[in-house]
Amino acid sequence: MELVLTVTAVVLSLAAAGAIVRIARGPSLLDRVLAADVLLAILGAALCIDMAVNRHLNNLMLLVAVSVIGFIGSVTVARFVADRREQLNES
Amino acid sequence: MNPDASAVDTAVDVVSAVFMIVGAVMSLAAAIGLLRFPDLMSRMHAATKPQVLGLFLLLAAVGLQLRTWWVWPVLLVAWIFQLLTVPVSAHMVGRAGYRTKHLHRELLSTDELEAVVLKAAEAAREQDSDGGR
Repeated sequence: MELVLTVTAVVLSLAAAGAIVRIARGPSLLDRVLAADVLLAILGAALCIDMAVNRHLNNLMLLVAVSVIGFIGSVTVARFVADRREQLNES
Repeated sequence: MNPDASAVDTAVDVVSAVFMIVGAVMSLAAAIGLLRFPDLMSRMHAATKPQVLGLFLLLAAVGLQLRTWWVWPVLLVAWIFQLLTVPVSAHMVGRAGYRTKHLHRELLSTDELEAVVLKAAEAAREQDSDGGR
């Protein structure tokens, strides 16, 4: 189990670094939203692995809350992007 | 303890370890896809891997490690919740990406939305000219 924990920690750290690079570089706002969503998914994966390795269920509600936050965040930002661009086209 | 039980225990441990590593590799695949794919639509394709399959594998690993039957419905509810919310947010992001032209049109194989958007724009223009008269 220690080996699994080490391997998954390294893999998830690399994945989070990639997502953060995309957030920093992303050419458009929607790319950044998508990368932030992936970063939240990686956080959820880390919470799951913590639960599995240490055999507890303390993080389950946090996992659901993280997925709710990702959903609300990306839907809201997508709506505002659409609205602003349409207004720019009209004017 | 009899040897059969410990053998089953080891097998469950190995299966959950494989699930955890594959689930973590899903996240890495999403990050590599985010970095290497050219536009928003193909990046969205890569981004859904850890959200659905990766979460499923990791929740299955949690269920296997806890070794009780009553956690499985709870984990299933968490997974189904993710399964309901992810398509909605992906639809919103994809729609906004199409409307704001964040896509490489030469990379699309088919564009079934273009005719609908053109028709809607024409209808809106006709309505505008009617209102002007």
